[in-house]
Amino acid sequence: MSRGFRYDAVVIGAGSAGLVAATRLAQAGASVAVLAKGVGCTHLAAGTVDVLGYAPELVSRPLEAVAALTHENPQHPYARIGQQRIGEALRWLQATLDAGPLAPYTYVGDADHNGLHPTALGALRPSALVPSTMAAGERTQLERVCIVGTPALRDFHPSLCAANLSRAGVQARAVSVELELERADMSTLGIARRLEEPRWRAEFCARLTPLLRSEERVGLPAMLGLREPHTVHADLEHRLGRRVFEIPSLPPSVAGMRLYESLRAALRAAGGRLMLGAEVVSHTREDGRLSAVQTGAAGHAASYSADAFVLASGGFASGAIELDSHWATHERVLGLALDGVPAPGEPRFLPDYQAAQPLASVGVAVDAQLRALGASNVYVAGASLPGAVPWREASGEGIAVASGFAVAQTITGGRERHG
Amino acid sequence: MSDLAELALLRGSLDHCIKCTICETACPVAAATPLFPGPKYAGPQSERYRVLGEPSVDASVDYCSGCGICSQVCPQGVKIAEINAQARDKLKRQRGVPLRDRIITRPTWLGRVGTPVAPLANLTLRLRPTRVLAQRLLGVHRDAALPRFAGRRFSRWAAARSSPRSARRVVYFHGCGTEYYEPWEGEKVVAILEHNGFEVITPRQDCCGLPLQSSGLFDDARKAVLKLARALAAHLDGEETIIVGNATSCTLMLKREAREILALSEDPTLRLVAERTYDICELLLELHHRGELRTDFRALPETVAYHAPCQQQGHWIGKPALELLELIPELDVREMDARCCGIAGTYGIKAEKYEIGMRVGQELFSQVQASGAATVACDSETCRWQIAHATRREAVHPIDYLYRAYGLGQPGV
Repeated sequence: MSRGFRYDAVVIGAGSAGLVAATRLAQAGASVAVLAKGVGCTHLAAGTVDVLGYAPELVSRPLEAVAALTHENPQHPYARIGQQRIGEALRWLQATLDAGPLAPYTYVGDADHNGLHPTALGALRPSALVPSTMAAGERTQLERVCIVGTPALRDFHPSLCAANLSRAGVQARAVSVELELERADMSTLGIARRLEEPRWRAEFCARLTPLLRSEERVGLPAMLGLREPHTVHADLEHRLGRRVFEIPSLPPSVAGMRLYESLRAALRAAGGRLMLGAEVVSHTREDGRLSAVQTGAAGHAASYSADAFVLASGGFASGAIELDSHWATHERVLGLALDGVPAPGEPRFLPDYQAAQPLASVGVAVDAQLRALGASNVYVAGASLPGAVPWREASGEGIAVASGFAVAQTITGGRERHG
Repeated sequence: MSDLAELALLRGSLDHCIKCTICETACPVAAATPLFPGPKYAGPQSERYRVLGEPSVDASVDYCSGCGICSQVCPQGVKIAEINAQARDKLKRQRGVPLRDRIITRPTWLGRVGTPVAPLANLTLRLRPTRVLAQRLLGVHRDAALPRFAGRRFSRWAAARSSPRSARRVVYFHGCGTEYYEPWEGEKVVAILEHNGFEVITPRQDCCGLPLQSSGLFDDARKAVLKLARALAAHLDGEETIIVGNATSCTLMLKREAREILALSEDPTLRLVAERTYDICELLLELHHRGELRTDFRALPETVAYHAPCQQQGHWIGKPALELLELIPELDVREMDARCCGIAGTYGIKAEKYEIGMRVGQELFSQVQASGAATVACDSETCRWQIAHATRREAVHPIDYLYRAYGLGQPGV
């Protein structure tokens, strides 16, 4: 018996690039299936949208800096996406959050300006868009701040965060609040769930209030609720009588989970399908086109054919691109050609860990339309793209959102479903 | 391959764990109770301390419901739920298996005893004193949803008729829920398949062993699933013949869980059965995607809430039932996105876990109530019983809607 499902478009990967591309495709009227081995990068990332933070100096106006960057490096993903679409993509993302299940929780900021926001270590990190619950932590608004932690949260050290913020010129100090928890250790996710219970939240505020000084803002790890972040954040500001902001912390990233849930809801509302656990294990190519991919479903492989495919499976970090023990690089999902691979004899790694490591900018070779070379109906988005060094540039989420947006636009020719 | 080598295969997936905590974010049990520390903690982390021949280090793994969501969301392919199932088996061997778990895990035995005396059995099982006693003596929670014996067996109905001959044949795996509790579901499955031109073969069959497996009775589970596999495989005459089932957790048992959790991946009969087994909605949607499903549906102007149960999600093919329901004109389908109803087979009926199960399901129950739907569609029978119990709404298999939309009439009552 011949087997298989058929969609207009199949997206591989459920990180932010894949979910943005799939949602846009579905909104344009295409039938879409997202195939993903598991949940993607959202749950591990900060939950902010960093377009361009360093080039290599600190960037305050990202879109302007993108113009200079792409002039210098025409292989950079932004060179193929274009400044205008970066702005459009970010505005679309904000509109999606505004209309989503977590509203009025949304993303604030724009692609023309970076804000500087504290990290868990107390460094100041440039971001274009941040969740509304993080907005009050922007550097220009920070004079006096109290960083709050709890002993059960072992991945966040308020005194370390405060000490480093003080070095950056913020008057910062740290307090730790004992909480009634059933467990000796808890993640930000566990606390986020508790903070959605009004009584527990009231108790938390009652314990914190006497520790605070006047004119201090409060900075907390990103744990102000998962389903109702706006309510939790507003209630904390009300009870504590001051501005409160979240600081991204170690995984699981509560802010990233909110982004995932918002995009998933938008995809579902547009009629797209999400198949988790569906790792692409083989594919069928005909005449330079991809005709179908097969996933490792239970019992037997499931086959998905489509007119267009989006590869958004990530780079080395997700395992979609690998460097094997023979020092050869491979794109493991579809076996596509890679770009940016150091030539034989050239260094693959540099001695300085933080340097622009040559392997970091390896990605699937694409044309100006972000189409994979050798597979004319495969479009590439996110960390699968070559030419960028996201962690040095602070550009990962920006590339993901903008390239996901761009490939969907290319595939549908800019169509949008009306009515 | 030896048992040990097969276990090592599963355990080898641990090396891929990068401790990213994505499984922890999705675990419905850890979100509902501090008694379960989460799949990463109980699985990849504790597994390092589980040494062959030494006592189990962590009793909390008993609170894992086995829903399998952790393995589904893991971006690294770690077999978290499967590793935890094996750890639970080890714990059970060490602690001893309670009498309750020896009884409630044998649906074939229960069905054979209960069916001839169905009215009396159903009445007795709904009397408060019986339930209080059952909780005290057996540890079956007095409020937990228990199914009603139908009083007739699906297989008798199937044996008394013959399916019209066709070149397209399917072997029907109806499972125990259809056999003893909901024979009408099987009658609808047969009618839908025949409507689409299939000849339906219904072999004699018993339990797939899933309840035994999820309660940690692995040896008995192996016997049950291999016996079933042989019974089904005997009818796989042609290359094209497939097996189709409507109990989604039992088809998953045949497709994957028995092979991985019970370390039976090398059994050739089970492998053949796994490759050929389809969930009913999976089969129908594939037919539709290649233009072979009859779509002579009449309009059903009503609202239905659809919940994809965890075990259906474990097939790793998305939600085929949702797409099928959306083919029916005027049917307003509301997709529930809560993960789990909390029953997880027999987990939620156990006295010490009932409350946890109800808390796990709370999000789903709230979504159902908010949906405005009078009926919930769900592919798994134990989940339907739990949802009906908690929401006071009717819960049916998605194929009920297809059956009605096809206008296939009333089955035997």
